[in-house]
Formats: sequence, structure tokens, C-alpha cells
Amino acid sequence: MTPEGGLSWTVYDANKLAPREIYGIVLADLGSIHPNIVGLSADLAKSTKIETFGNKFPDRFFNFGIAESNMFGAAAGMAKVGLIPFVSTFSAFASMRACEFLRTDICYQNLNCKVIATHGGTSFGSAGTTHHAIEDLSIVRAFANLTVIVPADGIETANAVRACMDIDGPVYIRIGRGFEPPIFTTEDYGFQIGKAVEMCPGTDITVIACGCTVFHAVNAAKILKDEDGLSVRVLNMHTIKPIDEEAILKAVHDTRRIITVEDHNVIGGLGTAVADVIAASGKGCAFNKLGVQDAFSPHGYPEDLLNLNKIDMDGIVEKVRELMGREFEADEDWEDEV
Amino acid sequence: MPITDQERIELQRRANAVRKDIVDVTGWSGGAHIGGSLSMVDMLTTLYWKYMKVDPANPLWEDRDRFVLSKGHGGVGHAVVLAHKGYFPKEELKDFNHTGSNLGMHLDSHKAKGVDASTGSMGHGLCQAVGMAIGARVLDKPFHVYCVVGDGESNEGSIWEAAMSAAHYKLSNLTAFLDRNRMMIDGPTETVMRLEPLADKWTAFGWKVRVVDGHDYGQLVDAIDFALTYKEGPVMVLCNTIKGKGVDFMENDPAWHYGGLNTDMVAKAQKSLEKFDV
Ligand SMILES: Cc1ncc(C[n+]2csc(CCOP(=O)(O)OP(=O)(O)O)c2C)c(N)n1
Repeated sequence: MTPEGGLSWTVYDANKLAPREIYGIVLADLGSIHPNIVGLSADLAKSTKIETFGNKFPDRFFNFGIAESNMFGAAAGMAKVGLIPFVSTFSAFASMRACEFLRTDICYQNLNCKVIATHGGTSFGSAGTTHHAIEDLSIVRAFANLTVIVPADGIETANAVRACMDIDGPVYIRIGRGFEPPIFTTEDYGFQIGKAVEMCPGTDITVIACGCTVFHAVNAAKILKDEDGLSVRVLNMHTIKPIDEEAILKAVHDTRRIITVEDHNVIGGLGTAVADVIAASGKGCAFNKLGVQDAFSPHGYPEDLLNLNKIDMDGIVEKVRELMGREFEADEDWEDEV
Repeated sequence: MPITDQERIELQRRANAVRKDIVDVTGWSGGAHIGGSLSMVDMLTTLYWKYMKVDPANPLWEDRDRFVLSKGHGGVGHAVVLAHKGYFPKEELKDFNHTGSNLGMHLDSHKAKGVDASTGSMGHGLCQAVGMAIGARVLDKPFHVYCVVGDGESNEGSIWEAAMSAAHYKLSNLTAFLDRNRMMIDGPTETVMRLEPLADKWTAFGWKVRVVDGHDYGQLVDAIDFALTYKEGPVMVLCNTIKGKGVDFMENDPAWHYGGLNTDMVAKAQKSLEKFDV
């Protein structure tokens, strides 16, 4: 399907495949180039699509059964002796079931392991709370040494999976379950770990999104332009850690109003990471976090859950309108300092 | 008490009606864990209609026997059993999985009546069952705790941690059932992660083990009768079962771990189950 060892991705494929399918194919590609990549899963090879790699390299693929703790510990051991393990399970189990093994064995020892966690956020809809991961970013963001990435679509997933090979250390990449609508039409938009992508230019307010919510933020920006005449900047903050401080500070300076959007609890994820940067800057900024409002997300269809949590287009439009009306103190000396 | 012919026929009837409803609900819901639900129906039917002291009109009755579905993805099977038992109207099954309903793939103990523990992440249910059994002892309560564990689920270390503690505390008020259908998601259990010799493992962990055909009511009843009189510790009823039991095109096929059914498939599945009408 994809050229052997090739690094090109066609739009046609990205329009048909879910991000996790693209992940499987890209990893199989990388496997031809890097003989010490190994794949690990815990009875979710089919579901996470790491099976594409496993089918191509059966001798370099290890199914640990439904035993995530051992799998992450074993990944650490493999990395210790020079392999590059890609570990795939659902986000809930990668971040919570195997939590301490990821933290202490992999991150503490700063090992070259890549965790590709699928079914992130509320994307597994009707499977309900046990299979939603609305805490994972908060948990893994607190692990020193770990890079945390939430790609916006399939093409960005391909970019992230390739780019993580340039980091000699642990990386956590969180993707969804289903077919997140493609936003990018080509891989060549300058993806760089730690650098936000400006999806829409804007001067009135900035919406900072990650993962599947980027699509909704871009659509919201269009509506707000057409209906309200607003100029909404949309930043795709695909890297949650290290976060792009420069892009956030620029947004504070240029727009003075910021909303974050994530398929995650509002505690500890993208919103908190952005808030930390704003607070440390000492600059005034109207700010709001959209996400799951510190509750366990119920089961339901994914699109309904995005709507319920107000992180779809309608929710973002509503919050932008609210924040545009909010008064806040002017900061006199701001202009001199930047 | 050994099973009478009349009881056997009634259990068979009930089980087949439950299986038919599992097929329908899977069709309505857009997708559910049908294979592993069909394999455990005879265990659940025997427990709910012959043994468990419960009151569907008073689901939180303190002295009720407890049931924990450690393989929580069998939610569709458990939900149908609970509806048949009268915990909630069968009508509610029509909304299984739908946004805002009380019933999703993994049952929520705050929403679905009759569910004693929220499960779905593998390897948690048996731990909770151990806690309930210890609780009964501390509080001097007469109830018994029943727990169904998956064979794939038995890969989890926490299952063996729970096993160790149940034997250590000699929890004779805990009876576990292992749904030994030999399949998990990525394939057969012995290919993905070998479990055998499984009965020996449970024995080595300090449990009394009874190996039965999990679709044979006589054998299930004998094993449970034994478990209820055995006072030295916990009993594991290792049930050899067939994943997808009763639906010919699903049996022993790991592809039917989870899936949706269109109208034609539902009709085909129902036809297959009609063969078991008594
Ligand atoms: C901790 C955890 N890891 C992975 C999963 C995903 N999962 C759901 S069911 C299942 C397979 C279960 O196999 P088994 O216990 O044999 O159940 P059965 O075949 O009876 O359905 C897996 C891996 C999960 N629910 N929890």
C-alpha cells in the first residue's frame, strides 16, 4: 500500500484511513529502515493496528497478552539493551494500568521507548468510562523526560510517528479510535515536535486545540468569521510537552484572549499547560479551558460526547462569543516588554 | 442440590431466550462483545435462577449475594440477564449503548440496576470480589460472592494477586468461574499468551478447582453445590466453554469478540439459536 521504506503519504490514503491505521503502516515502513524497532502489544494488536508492523516483522513483534504492566517493564528492558520498542495499547491502559512502569522503568531511566496510545479521550464512546482516557495527558505530562504529542489527524500522526524517532528518549503519542476527519492535505506543512501549527491566522482571540478538536476549532473559526466578523487564530498544539511557549506568549500579546480545547479533563492537560505559561508571563489575558469539566465521562456516541462536553464546533463558537464579551484589565506596559 | 429434569429444561429455555436477546441487542446497539457474552450465559443463568439470593425489586438489599463480572466487556450478556431477572424493563435494552441510556458496553454500577461493581478494565473484578468477601466476614453477613473471570483476562497480574489473597484469607464465601472459551481478541489464548496448565495454576495458588463443561447444567450445579459446602477456602469453577456459543457462524471465531450485526446477520443468528429451543 505504501512504498517499501518510503516516507511519502498520499492524500488519497489519508482520506480513507483512520489515524491508527496510518500509524500501523508508517511503523511498518520505519521497521524496514530501523532494524532495532520492535513492536509490543497487550492483546490489542488488531485494535491499535500495530499488527500491520507485526505481520511484516513477526520476529520483532511481541504480544504480551492482557498484561500491560509487564509489557511496559519488558519494553524498558528491551530499550536498555538497544532495541527501540513501540508499545501500543489503549490510552487508558497505557497511562493508568501501566502507569508506574511507564514512569519509573521507562521515563526515570530516560529510555528510548515510544508509546503509541490509541482510543484516546472519549473516542471509544459507548465503551464508557473504563475505556475513556480523559486523564492520560495530565498523568503522563508529569513524567520528567517524556515528550507528549497529540496529533490532529492521520497525516499528523504519520509525521509524529516518524519524528519521534529523532528523539533519543521516551515519547507518548495519543491518537483516537475512529476516523478523525483529515485536516491536512499534505505532510509538508513543517511539522516539528514542540512547535505549534497556526491553522488560521487571527487577531481577536486565539483558540488552542489538540487532537480531534483541532478540526472543530478550524470550523468554528470559519463560522465566527462569517457570522460575527471575528478574526480567530487557531493553534494546533500537537505537542503538549514540551509546550510551545513562544506561540502562547505571542497569542497573549496579539489577541489577549485564549481558549483551550481538548478531549480530556480540564485538569492537567493542554489547558493547564497553556495556563501555566500565561500565569508565569504575568500578562493579563481572558482565558478559558474547554474539555471534560472534572467529571467521569459517560458512555455515548463519540460525536454526542464531544457535543456534551462542548468541545465540538458549537461549543467552541459559544465559548468564543462569551469570552469576546468579557472585560479584563488593560495592561499598560505590555507593548514595551515584548 | 442436584438438578431436576424440570429445572434443566427451564434453565435451557431461559438461556436460549437470553442468547436470542443478546443477538437482538447487539443488532440494535451498533456493536457489542457478543462472543464472550454468549459463552458465559449458562453460568449466569444457573447462578441467577438457581442460586443467587437477590431481590430485583430491592437491588441494594444489604444481604444479597454479590455478582461481579470481572470480564466486564460481557456487559451486553449481563444486561440481558438482569432484564430477564426483572431488574429493569426489557425495553431499556433497546437503548443499549445509546447516548444517555443506562446501559453501555461496560455496565456502570451507578446506572444499571443489579450491577454490584463497575468493571471493563481487565483484572479488577476479582480484586473487588475479594474485598466484598472479606467485607461479608468482617460484618458477619451471610452473603456469598460470585465472580466471572475471562481466560484472556487471566493474563493480568492482578488476577493472580487477587487469587493469592483469596486463598490467604481462606475466602470460602467466594466462588469464581473462569470462562475458558480459549479465545481473546488477537486470537486463541494459547497462541497469544499461554495459560495452560491453568487448573494446576489455580490449585497452586491455593484454590479448590472444579473443571466442568460450562454449558452443562448438571456439571455446573455439582460444582456450585460443592463450592457452597467447601469451607476451607475459595473455589474456582473452571468452565470449558465455546466463544459465541449457539450461533454457528460465531463459534470459536475470535473475530466475533466484538462486532455489530445487520438485519440479515441477526436473522441468521436467531435461526441458529432456534435449534436449541426446548
Ligand atoms: C486492562 C485491559 N486491557 C485491555 C482491554 C481490552 N480488552 C477487552 S476484552 C479483551 C479480551 C478479553 O479476553 P477474555 O478475557 O478471554 O474474554 P472473552 O474471550 O471471554 O470475551 C481485551 C484485551 C481491557 N478491557 N482491559
